[in-house]
Amino acid sequence: MADSVLNLTGPVAKENRVGLSALDYKGGKSTLCAGCGHDAISNQIIRAFYEMSVKPESVAKFSGIGCSSKTPAYFMSRAHGFNAVHGRMPAVATGATLANRKLVSIGVSGDGDSASIGLGQLLHMIRRNISMVYIVENNGVYGLTKGQFSATADEGSQLKNGVINDLPPMDLCALAITCGAGFVARGFAGDPKQMVTMLKAAIAYDGLAFIDVISPCVTFNNHEGSTKSYPYAKEHDEILHQVGFVPSFEPIEIDYEPGEVRDVSLHDGSRVLLKKLEEDYDPGDANQAMTRLHRAVSAGQMLTGIVYLDPAKKSFTSQLGIVDEPLGTLSQDVIRPPKEALDQIMAELM
Amino acid sequence: MTNLSDSTVAEERDSAAGERTNDLTIHVATVNGSGSQSSNNVLMRAIFQMGIPVSGKNLFPSNIAGLPTWFTIRASSEGWTGRRRNVDVLVCMNPATGADDVKALNPGAICIFDDALGLEGSRDDVTFYPIPFSKIAGEVTSDSRLRKLIANMVYVGVVAWMIGIDREELVSAVERQFSGKAKAVELNVEAIDKGIAYAADNLEPQVAHRLQRMDKTRGQILIDGNSAAALGAMFGGVTVATWYPITPSSSLCEALIEYLKAYRLADDGKATFAVVQAEDEISAIGMVIGAAWAGARSMTATSGPGISLMTEFAGLGYFAEIPAVVWDIQRIGPSTGLPTRTSQGDLLQVAHLSHGDTEHIVLFPGSVAECFEFAMKALDFAELFQTPVFVLSDLDLGMNSWMSEPFEYPTEPINRGKVLTAEKLKELGGKWGRYLDVDGDGIPWRTLPGTDHPDAAYFTRGSGHNEEARYTEKPEDYVNLMERLRKKFETARGHVPRPVIEREEGARVGLIAFGSSDVAVQEARHVLRRDHDLATSYLRLRALPFTKDLEAFVADHDRIYVIEQNRDGQLRSLIRLELKGDPDLRSILHFDGLPLYARFVVESVVAMEGEKRNG
Ligand SMILES: Cc1ncc(C[n+]2csc(CCOP(=O)(O)OP(=O)(O)O)c2C)c(N)n1
Ligand code: SF4
Repeated sequence: MADSVLNLTGPVAKENRVGLSALDYKGGKSTLCAGCGHDAISNQIIRAFYEMSVKPESVAKFSGIGCSSKTPAYFMSRAHGFNAVHGRMPAVATGATLANRKLVSIGVSGDGDSASIGLGQLLHMIRRNISMVYIVENNGVYGLTKGQFSATADEGSQLKNGVINDLPPMDLCALAITCGAGFVARGFAGDPKQMVTMLKAAIAYDGLAFIDVISPCVTFNNHEGSTKSYPYAKEHDEILHQVGFVPSFEPIEIDYEPGEVRDVSLHDGSRVLLKKLEEDYDPGDANQAMTRLHRAVSAGQMLTGIVYLDPAKKSFTSQLGIVDEPLGTLSQDVIRPPKEALDQIMAELM
Repeated sequence: MTNLSDSTVAEERDSAAGERTNDLTIHVATVNGSGSQSSNNVLMRAIFQMGIPVSGKNLFPSNIAGLPTWFTIRASSEGWTGRRRNVDVLVCMNPATGADDVKALNPGAICIFDDALGLEGSRDDVTFYPIPFSKIAGEVTSDSRLRKLIANMVYVGVVAWMIGIDREELVSAVERQFSGKAKAVELNVEAIDKGIAYAADNLEPQVAHRLQRMDKTRGQILIDGNSAAALGAMFGGVTVATWYPITPSSSLCEALIEYLKAYRLADDGKATFAVVQAEDEISAIGMVIGAAWAGARSMTATSGPGISLMTEFAGLGYFAEIPAVVWDIQRIGPSTGLPTRTSQGDLLQVAHLSHGDTEHIVLFPGSVAECFEFAMKALDFAELFQTPVFVLSDLDLGMNSWMSEPFEYPTEPINRGKVLTAEKLKELGGKWGRYLDVDGDGIPWRTLPGTDHPDAAYFTRGSGHNEEARYTEKPEDYVNLMERLRKKFETARGHVPRPVIEREEGARVGLIAFGSSDVAVQEARHVLRRDHDLATSYLRLRALPFTKDLEAFVADHDRIYVIEQNRDGQLRSLIRLELKGDPDLRSILHFDGLPLYARFVVESVVAMEGEKRNG
C-alpha cells in the first residue's frame, strides 16, 4: 500500500492563492500496489490542482472501473467523485458538466476502460469536446482483472504466463486527434516534472484535454517482454518538447522564435509556452502531429509532450448556448413555464 | 400480405341497432411514403371539430417508403376511442392490400378505391365506388411528383361528401395542418373541392354511415402521448434530456426539443436546458445519471432494445442512489421485434432492470393526461427517492392521437428531494453521512458537486459502500444497505399513484389492467353489462410498487381477469409475487402487435366465464 501524498516538500507547504496547502488536496489512502505508476500520477494531479489554486470543492472527479479508475479516491477528498461503470465514465462526466458547467472536471481511466469497453464513449466525448481533463493511465494490461492484454498492448509483448500479443496496439493520441480533440498530450508516470506542467495546461484548457500517460503496472506488466515497463520506457522516452506553463496571474514574456518556441493563448487568458526540440515541429498542426506519432511508432519510440493543441476549439457547453448558472440549481420560476404557456398550448390543441 | 382485420368475426356494434349516426370506422389503406398522413389527419381533425368523439391510429410498417400502411379513424358518439377492428368505410389506395382489405369489411360497408385497383364485385355485401383519383389529381396539378399527394387529398373530399363531413371543418383542418404555408393550403383545398365535386356529380350520399354535428368535443384537446409526456417534462422542470433515436420513442424527444425551444429560453435567449442526442442508449442513460448526480432534473426516452442496453446503469442508479427518469415507449418483441407495433412486454424486465437484487419505481400512464401528469411526477419521484424512475408507455398511447380534457397546470411546487446545501452543512457543523437514514424513511440526504463546503464531498460508487460512502466489503454493511434500499421502496409505496378503481354493484368478477389497455377495458365493461348482463369491477394499476388497494380488490372478487398486451402474463406474475395466498387470477393476453380492442376482452371474459348470460 502506498500513501497517496508522496514527496510533497518544499514550496508545496505554503498556501496557494485560495489559501489552501497541498495537504488540502490529498485523498484517501491508496490501495494500489506499491510502485504502481498510477499513484505517481495521482501525486502530480494533487500538485497541479494545488499549484493552479483550484478549490477542490469546485472539482468533480470521474472514473470508470479498474485500478486506474480507483485513483480518484486517492486525491482531492474535498472534491465530489464518481466511480461509474466500466468504460462509461465519459457519459457520466458529460451529463455532470451539462448540469453544472462551473465544475472543473477531471476523469481518470485505464487503457482497458478507455480503449476496449469504453472506446466508443471516449471517442464521442472527444468529438463533443466536453470540458474536462481526461487521463488514460496506460499500462497495456487489465490490472484489476490480473493482467490480460489490453488494446494498447504492443505487438509481440509477452505476458508473465508466456502468452504473446499478436495484435497491433491502438494509439490513443492519434485517435484523439482524428476525433477532433483540441488538446492531446502524452506523458510518462516516471517523469513528474513534465506531467505536472502538462496537467496544469490541461486544467486551464477550455475543452477536452486528453492525456495518455504511460503508467507501468509493476505487478503484471513490468518484465522483459513488456514494452510498457519502466526500464523500456526510460530508455525509449523521447522528449519531444519542453513545456513551461504560465498562468495569467504571473505574466512572463517568453519570446517565440520560429522553430524554437510556440506561445499559445488559452481561453482563460493563461498561456502555454512550448519549446520545440525540432525546428519543424508545430503543435498547432494536426497533420504534423499525426506524422510524428506514426513516425515514433515505426521507430519504436514514445513521443511525450503536448502533441497537438488548438486553443480556439469551442467546448460543448459553450456550443449548446445554455445559461451561465448551473442548470442543476435553476429555480422553479425559471424551469417551469407559467400557466399562460400551458393555456396557450392547450388552446392550440383544441 | 398481412391483414389487419379479420373477416370471420361478426359485426361489432357500439350502439343499439339502426343507430349508425356518428358511429363508424374509416380505414385508409395506402403505401408508406405516399404522404397520406396529412390527409388522414385532416379527416380526423374535421370530425373532431364537428363535435364527434374520435381517435386515430396509424398502423405503419418499419419502412420509409413502399410497404403498406393503414390509418384507422374511429368516430364514436358514445366516446369509445379504443381500436375497433371492423371497418365501415374503406379507402383503398394500395394495390398490394386491396383484396385483403376488402375481405375485412363489415357487411354493408362501402369501399372507395382507386379505379385502377379493379376491386368492384369482389364482395356482394359491400358497395364499391371506383374513383379516378389520378385523373382528378391531374386536374389540380400537372406536377407528376405531386400527383400522389394530391390524390390523397382528393379522397378526403370524396369521403367527406359521402359520409357528411362539413367542408368548412375540412378547410380549417387543412389550414391548421399547413399553417403558414398559403400555397399548400390552397392546393389541398382545391384537391378536396375536386373530390367533393366529383362525388356530388357521380355518387350518392350514405344513409347508413353518416356523421352529423354534435357537441361532445368542445373544450377537448387532441394529442399523442409522446407530446403529452414532453409537455409534462417541460412543466416538470426537466433541465437535461438525452436520447438515441428509436421508434416509437423518438417523437417524445423531438416534441420536447420543440417545446423547450419555444418556452424555456431565458430572457437573454439562452437555454435553461440541454438536450443531447447520445451515441447510444448506454450513453444516454449515463448522461442522465451524471447530470442528475450534479443536480439536474434529467430524463431519457427509449424503447425495448434501448432498455436492454441501459441495464447496467439502471443498477448503478439504484445502488448508488442517483435520480434518473427513463421513459420506455414499448414496442413489441424480443430483439428488434416489430419496431412499429405496440406491446406491454417490457414490464417484468423494467421492474427489476439490472443484475442483483434490484427493484424500480415504475409508473404506468393510462391516458395522454397521465402521460403529462406522470412526466412531472417521475421527475419529482426520481429526486425525492434518489433512484431511477421508469415510465412505461407504449406505441399506441405514445404515437396515436387521443382526445382529452385539457391538461391541468401543476398545483404542487417542484420537489427537489433531500439536498444539503452549504448553509445547511454549516448548521450541521459539517457532520453528515451520504447514506445515513436520519429520517427513518430509508431516504438519505445528498449534496451536489460544487457545494462550497469542505465536508460536502463524498465518493459515489457502484461498489460496496457504507453509510459514509466509504468503500466496504463487510457483510453487515452490505446487508444494511440493501435493507435500507428496501425500506426506501416501502416509503415509495405510500407516494406512487394509487390505482383507479371502479366498482360495480354486486360484481363478482374483477378486471385488472394497466396503461393503454384502459380504453378497451372500459368499453368492454360497457358491452359486458349491455350484451351479457355481466357486472365487472375494474382496477387500473398506475405504478410499481403496488399499493395496498390491490390486495383488497383481489380479495373482494371471486375471479380476477388480468388483461395485458404481452404473451407471458407479466403483470399477473408480478401480482402473484406480491399477493399472499392463491387467488383466482386469469390472464387475458393480447399480443399481436396491434392495440387491444374491446371485443377481444369481451369474448375472452365471456368464454372463460363459461356462459353467455344473455344469449
Ligand atoms: C461490464 C464489465 N465487464 C468486466 C468488468 C471487469 N473489469 C474490471 S476492471 C477491468 C479492466 C481494467 O483495465 P484498465 O482499464 O486497463 O485498468 P487498470 O486496472 O489496468 O488500471 C475489467 C475487465 C467490469 N467491471 N465490468
Ligand atoms: S495491478 Fe498493476 S495497475 Fe493494478 S495496482 Fe497493481 S501495479 Fe497498479
